[in-house]
Amino acid sequence: MATVSGTEEEENAKKRKAHGMLKLYYGMTEEGKACERHLEPTDVDGVHFNPELYLTKLRKESSLSQLMDVEADMVRQIRSLDSEMQTLVYENYNKFISATDTIRKMKNDFKKMEDEMDGLATNMAVITEFSARISSTLQERHQQITKLSGVHTLLRKLQFLFELPARLKKCIELGAYAQAVSYHSKARSVLHQYQHMPSFHGIQTDCQAIMAGLADTLRQRFRDPASSPQDLSECVEMLLNLEEPAHLLCDEFLAHGRGRLASHLSDLQESGDILEFVDRGCGGFISDACLLAASYQSLFSKEAGSTAQMAEAKLTSFLEELSTGYFELVEKRLRQEKSLGDNSLLVRALDRFHRRLQAPSKLVPGCGFNRRGTEIVVRAAQERLAQYLQALKDFFQGCLTDVRQALAAPRLPGKEMPALGDLLAGLSASVLNQIKTVLAAVHLFTAKDVAFSDKPYFKGEFCSQGVREGLIVAFIKSVCQTARQFCEIPGEKGTSTPPALLLLLSRLCLDYETSTISYILTLTDEQFLGQDHSPVTPVSSLCSLARSTAQTLLNQYVKSQGLVVSQMLRKSVETRDWVTTIEPRNVRAVMKRVVEDITGVDVQVGLLYEEGVRKAHSSDSSKRTFSVYSSSRLQGRYAQSYTPSAPMDTNLLSNIQKLFSERIDIFSTVQFNKVSILTGIIKISLKTFLECVRLRTFGRYGLQQIQVDCHYLQLYLWRFVSDENLVHCLLDEVVGSAAHRCLDPAPMEQSVIEVICERG
Amino acid sequence: MEDDAPVIYGLEFQARALAAQTAETDAIRFLVGTQSLRYDNQIHVIDFDDENNIINKNILLHHAGEIWQISASPADRNVLATCYNKISDSKVLTCAAVWRIPKELQGGNHESPDDTSSNAQALELLCHLDNTAHGNMACVTWEPLGDGKKLLSLADNYLMIWDLQESSTKSVLSSSVTLEGKGQLRFTSGKWSPHHNCTQVATANDTAIRGWDIRSMRQIYCIENAHGQLVRDLDFNPNKQYYLASCGDDCKVKFWDTRNIHEPVKTLEEHSHWVWSVRYNHSHDQLVLTGSSDSRVILSNMVSISSEPFGHLVDDEDLSDQEDNLQEEKTKEPLQDSVIATYEEHEDSVYAVEWSSADPWLFASLSYDGRLVINRVPRALKYNILL
Repeated sequence: MATVSGTEEEENAKKRKAHGMLKLYYGMTEEGKACERHLEPTDVDGVHFNPELYLTKLRKESSLSQLMDVEADMVRQIRSLDSEMQTLVYENYNKFISATDTIRKMKNDFKKMEDEMDGLATNMAVITEFSARISSTLQERHQQITKLSGVHTLLRKLQFLFELPARLKKCIELGAYAQAVSYHSKARSVLHQYQHMPSFHGIQTDCQAIMAGLADTLRQRFRDPASSPQDLSECVEMLLNLEEPAHLLCDEFLAHGRGRLASHLSDLQESGDILEFVDRGCGGFISDACLLAASYQSLFSKEAGSTAQMAEAKLTSFLEELSTGYFELVEKRLRQEKSLGDNSLLVRALDRFHRRLQAPSKLVPGCGFNRRGTEIVVRAAQERLAQYLQALKDFFQGCLTDVRQALAAPRLPGKEMPALGDLLAGLSASVLNQIKTVLAAVHLFTAKDVAFSDKPYFKGEFCSQGVREGLIVAFIKSVCQTARQFCEIPGEKGTSTPPALLLLLSRLCLDYETSTISYILTLTDEQFLGQDHSPVTPVSSLCSLARSTAQTLLNQYVKSQGLVVSQMLRKSVETRDWVTTIEPRNVRAVMKRVVEDITGVDVQVGLLYEEGVRKAHSSDSSKRTFSVYSSSRLQGRYAQSYTPSAPMDTNLLSNIQKLFSERIDIFSTVQFNKVSILTGIIKISLKTFLECVRLRTFGRYGLQQIQVDCHYLQLYLWRFVSDENLVHCLLDEVVGSAAHRCLDPAPMEQSVIEVICERG
Repeated sequence: MEDDAPVIYGLEFQARALAAQTAETDAIRFLVGTQSLRYDNQIHVIDFDDENNIINKNILLHHAGEIWQISASPADRNVLATCYNKISDSKVLTCAAVWRIPKELQGGNHESPDDTSSNAQALELLCHLDNTAHGNMACVTWEPLGDGKKLLSLADNYLMIWDLQESSTKSVLSSSVTLEGKGQLRFTSGKWSPHHNCTQVATANDTAIRGWDIRSMRQIYCIENAHGQLVRDLDFNPNKQYYLASCGDDCKVKFWDTRNIHEPVKTLEEHSHWVWSVRYNHSHDQLVLTGSSDSRVILSNMVSISSEPFGHLVDDEDLSDQEDNLQEEKTKEPLQDSVIATYEEHEDSVYAVEWSSADPWLFASLSYDGRLVINRVPRALKYNILL
């Protein structure tokens, strides 16, 4: 490896390089960090050490003492390196020696082995030769043996054939039909093949005769209705092996099953409750049908091709026909299930019914057991929902009847009104309870442990369309509609509903609008988390329906109460002879009645509706109304109109006055508070009063009586209304109109009016 | 198209009675009767000049008493009948009489604008309808389309037919019938049907509407509880037999087919107080006018139950296909029954509304404070009906 070269230095450098390369090879990377230092030619330990450069550098840079130090240091290092080398060589010497010995020993062993291998090869060649010689000598005998054994087998077969008729007979005598059939089926093809030979032909005919007899026996057994399904299937299996036509067997097998299943169905007709009915249906019909289908399939569907298909089709149509009968029965029975007492019974029955259909539906997928079963369950659920809705409606009607009775019940003299608030609370609570009960009952349909609850219908449509829309929303709508009906009927006289009921219902609807509807719907939505995204009636539209119903009811209430008061006022005005009446001494009794009635209404409404806002009036309102109405206005305004001045003035004055008052809508919509309701009633009453007064002619005392009456009304009515000016205006107009219609308008002294009114 | 503003005329007195001058077909003329207990009552003959929007009035004195109702003769435009209150010995009695407008005024409108009441002329009395035996007259109406010789009057519970003789100076009670039964039996209003040769009359008492055959003087139908409360007024559809409109204190206007009296054909509930008057337009009976004590007058378009439910039937043969299509579009549009307009010019109860006999697109309404307002049907609707 080493090339001889000129100078020692070069050789040195090469060695160093090689050494460096070795080092690099072994990845002694401690030098990695000091890599650049090793590249330095002045580094003694470096790879690129150049002694010339080092020396030159040393000489240039160092002082003499330093040089001396370096030299001493170097000598010391060289010495220590030397001694290290010696120790190494000494230590490794023994190892080299033993390595050399081992190599030598291996050389000797190999040589011995080669000789043995040669011996083996020659032996093998000899063996091969011998074997070839032996096989050539044995060739002929081997063929003979094979032939002989073949003849033996054939003879055994022939013997079997000849003995076959006897054997078959024996088998049949012993009743081992299966054995006989298997024997015959083994021999059949052979006999068929060699039937041209007379001897075989004889055997074949014998066998066929025997087997025909067997087939007859089997068929008889097959047709015997008393035989068990296991027997049947055995028979069929054998008959199939006897090559009976499969489709006939199918038909017969099924016909046999039909009888049994039909008897189950007829048994089902009479039975106790729904659960028992379903149990019996499942235990009898369904399980038998499963058994039948299973054995049938194991018999006929094994064969490939058209037979299996044919058999399957036959089975499907057979089961379809029978199950239709069964499903009809079930549906009929379900329809009888009208009592809403215990829904869990029905749900359990449906669940069982549905579960038990899984087995046959898996067995015979073509028959659609599952689908039809689900359909029936869905229908039953829908039916149930409709029944519940009807029950809810009936319940509501019942509640209303109760409320009406409570309202119509004769009152104790001490108690003015039955506690409307209690009635309302009772009504609303019992309706809500009923809804909750129904929801709980319906919820059973979607319970986790019920198998059909994860059908898509029960997950989606049942929740949203069925329960939410069909039950709850429909009920709320029907409540509103029922309530509305109370407004529509009493256009005619006589049939009117008690006003208190109108008021009650209006409050009920209002409560529904504010809280109950959203509560019920939230409840429903929580319980029935439908995954269905079909559009549902939003809460807001129901709320607005309820609100408009409440409004209609309340308007109707105001109208009917207003009508009651109006009728009193009208009668009192129409039946009196106002021209010849005597000087007023009292407020007429009818006015007291009016005030009493309105106070009664105030109490009644106060039980259910909040107070509401009045227009702010000044602190001494009662006094002010008093004075405004009495002294200044009357003196000022009426004094003029009563004196026969120019008639234009009157008109002008009243017109000017009207300019500043707003137009009053009499039968207008009221708000949901007591003040507004009473304002409505009073408006209606006073307007009637006005119109009636305008149709009459008054004498002096007639006018004075009206003055007294109006003053009385003013005294007592202002506190009921939102804007006392309204009462004031209307009464003003009444007195004004009466003055116009008066033959001798001489108004009464205000103080006298006051005295009379105070006297009562 | 802008509609003309309403024309307003103010009377000095309160008034309830309004009638169109039925026999007058050229000039637009209304008669208004005043109600005053202490002054002489007047009948204002209001002439409306359509082109210039000007009202001309003539005042006639009606000394007999305050006027509750006026009815103009269908044959002679200068003859009219009134119901009026007469006060004697502190007793109030409502009577009826037939009057003639004095000759000087008959020529028409020579005005006397400056001196209104001073030299106003009085009506000439033709005859009284003697009701001393029958009680207060509620209503008097002429036989429509007749020769002005027959009158119907209602007094308390009597229905009476009068014949006028000797050029209307003598009245003879030709037949009468009494309403018998329980409850409040006082006629409030009556109307003479223009159909069936004017042999039928409808009356209202309390909440019931009754039909009468005046040949036999027998009741032919009775709509019990036609309204929830008092029935105030009736009107026959002039173009469609058996159809009758009624209004009352339940704020409703109902339309009846008298062949089926069990339920109204249609009900309107637009007013917020009693409805006192209802009138069919004489030519276009889908236009129905109502006046109420909520001080409003409402004009409704009741196409679906009018004699022209599919719009005006133009001669279809003359129209080409295109026009036919247009026609269909037009006829479909107005099929909806609707309120056309609500007139709020009044500030007091409106007791009477009346269509003009000369111009079918014009009507007057009268409120208690003596304000007469003359209005027109909105032009858009007018053209819609005509075209």
